[in-house]
Amino acid sequence: MSEATWQYRTPRKRLFLWAGWLCFVALCVYCWQVMTQDTIWYFVTDAPKQAADLGARMMPPKWSYMDKLWIPLWDTLNIATLGTLIGVILAIPVAFMAASNTTPSRLFIRPLALFIIVASRSINSLIWALLLVSIIGPGLLAGIIAIGLRSIGFVAKLLYEAIEETDILQIEAITATGASRAQILNYAIVPQILPAFSGITVFRWDINIRESTILGLVGAGGIGVQLQGSLNTLAWPQVTMIFIVILATVIISEWVSAKVRHAII
Amino acid sequence: MHASSKTTNTHADISAYPSHWKRPPVFIQRAWLRWAIGLAALLWFVLALGTIEVNWTRVAEGLERGWRFIKGFLTPDFTTRWSDISKGLIESLTMTLTSTVVGVLLSVPVGIGAARNVAPKAVYYVCRSIIAVSRSLQEIIIAILFVTMFGFGPFAGFLTLSFATIGFMAKLLAEDIEDIDEKQSEAIRATGASWLQLINYGVQPQVMPRLIGLSLYRLDINFRESAVIGIVGAGGIGATLNTAIDRYEFDSAGAILIIIIAVVMVAEYSSGYVRRWAQ
Repeated sequence: MSEATWQYRTPRKRLFLWAGWLCFVALCVYCWQVMTQDTIWYFVTDAPKQAADLGARMMPPKWSYMDKLWIPLWDTLNIATLGTLIGVILAIPVAFMAASNTTPSRLFIRPLALFIIVASRSINSLIWALLLVSIIGPGLLAGIIAIGLRSIGFVAKLLYEAIEETDILQIEAITATGASRAQILNYAIVPQILPAFSGITVFRWDINIRESTILGLVGAGGIGVQLQGSLNTLAWPQVTMIFIVILATVIISEWVSAKVRHAII
Repeated sequence: MHASSKTTNTHADISAYPSHWKRPPVFIQRAWLRWAIGLAALLWFVLALGTIEVNWTRVAEGLERGWRFIKGFLTPDFTTRWSDISKGLIESLTMTLTSTVVGVLLSVPVGIGAARNVAPKAVYYVCRSIIAVSRSLQEIIIAILFVTMFGFGPFAGFLTLSFATIGFMAKLLAEDIEDIDEKQSEAIRATGASWLQLINYGVQPQVMPRLIGLSLYRLDINFRESAVIGIVGAGGIGATLNTAIDRYEFDSAGAILIIIIAVVMVAEYSSGYVRRWAQ
């Protein structure tokens, strides 16, 4: 009588799992082949030298360039904040239309709202900016609208999930007092989602600061315009300076957002 | 209070109650602070609007182009530029998959090292600083640097996305490892297990479902990012899109955007399915 050893999976399951992993690895190798068929390997092997060269050019940062960065920095903050404002204002109705417990029509309006959310979320703000710059011309306005359009999907998605998680008992209590639909919204649903809503807004603002620093690469205003100019003229010490400013801005905004969210929630 | 008559006591009490109720302020209880913040916000708003220079004639000219974009989006043209689009799409997809796999593989050791409960202090600080560097630089900035170092093309994009994946995955993985049920790892430790056995039997089973879920989420993000980094020359569908928009070929651009949205939707639905299966 042979000793049976305990095994986590049946042989059949193990075989399937093994075959699955094999296919996955084969797929990855194939993708790697396809991706690198046009790669010039000389450039890759040369990279350490290029990196050292680039490092030497970038150092030291041109500190005096900061004088020219204050106004673009102010523009960047404005793009992010005004964009967040637009995005949030547009996201609120979309979120209420997308939440299955508040939507006016489950058949027509909810899919439309969900499509708006997906479309806005799948397209990066830089691509929105690219489009808007070509449509309404370069400048801050294109950046603000790009940030706004990108924010709609993010805020609306998180907000409608918060709306769907609201406590039904509180809504029933308000309904029982004979409240109208608007009053139910105001006194039963809004107080429940307000903390989540503020958290989402501040979180998105933080992301938007991060994204608005690079929108200028495609001409949508902010500090990215300076970055693009410095890159085009190969003024690497200026590029380093801009990177430092961007990094500092991102870290500060992340800190502020973490503090505010901590205070709210 | 009407202390004079005892008979109307109950009546007086009722009338003393306020008949109107005002909802208390939600966030800032101190009135002056609320007003000050409101005023500061208003002041900023006016200043911000004042510093935006908008060329309205250019905007008005652009409206016609915007209308053409909307028409192009509704009647997308897949065929004219199909060879460019398919090339960009294949680059994006291969770049996404390989960079996610490599990034996740590299993020696992970093993530374990950045978890306070399983890593020594020195390793913890090293791994946390790797995460901080990787997370605070945006993909596009890394892409600019990598394109200068490695030349144009999807290889630079692959490196960019892998690098960004490390920071993202390692941070979330480390947080997840710090949140594990300590009783299970303690039980494994009590059997005299080595550190590797502890990771394998105490930690890995607890974080695996979430690791799979996060990897799929990152796959989705990497595809979206791969559409962006092409703008600075790192390959992928972003380069095709950039060219299409530069040529004002809005119907081709619309087709590319529809493809991006479709791929993201497919990725999102299938990842939800796989995640349910993994848990």
